[in-house]
Amino acid sequence: MLRPDHFTAVVLFALCASVVFGITMRDTPRRMIRYGAYCFALFAGSAIVLSWVMFFIAR
Amino acid sequence: MATPQIRTGAAPQNPSKQGFVYLPLIAGWLVPGAGHFLLRKWGRGALLSASIIVMFALGIGMNGKLYTGAHDILDLLGLVGDLGNGMLYFASRALGLGADQVLVTTGDYGTRFIVVAGLLNVIAAVDAHNLRTGRKSA
Repeated sequence: MLRPDHFTAVVLFALCASVVFGITMRDTPRRMIRYGAYCFALFAGSAIVLSWVMFFIAR
Repeated sequence: MATPQIRTGAAPQNPSKQGFVYLPLIAGWLVPGAGHFLLRKWGRGALLSASIIVMFALGIGMNGKLYTGAHDILDLLGLVGDLGNGMLYFASRALGLGADQVLVTTGDYGTRFIVVAGLLNVIAAVDAHNLRTGRKSA
């Protein structure tokens, strides 16, 4: 059984979802890559930011 | 004097654009990426297929739950998401994969991975349909 930690799960989730979003939401390969990277950064970045927010709320 | 061009109506068509218009949609739902493969979008199909299958496999590997029935509205939504995986869902059910109940935290992650893989597969299948109908430019 796989037991990834939370951040690893977020990165794997973001990677797979970003590839699909990039390919399906844009027309040209260049724009697909840019949009996929943008989605990945938002997924992973928002998880990091929210984690720090929760860390400071819990203190 | 220029001779007028005669249109015969028999212009050569792309072979991938012939046939049943909903075939890429149905094939893409049943097998992730198959809709794009039918349209000869090999690279996109391979990436979509890999992403969705890996996400589903990670969900199963994390002991995620496969929804088998709808006892309440949340179960119904989960079942709809799982059904988006097409043959992956039916094959996994037939092989007895997936947990009946979520007992560990990673099992909860896995359940979400499986549901989201199904939803992403539906998006990919609709994209193949849009390419087939010309609503989305190649």
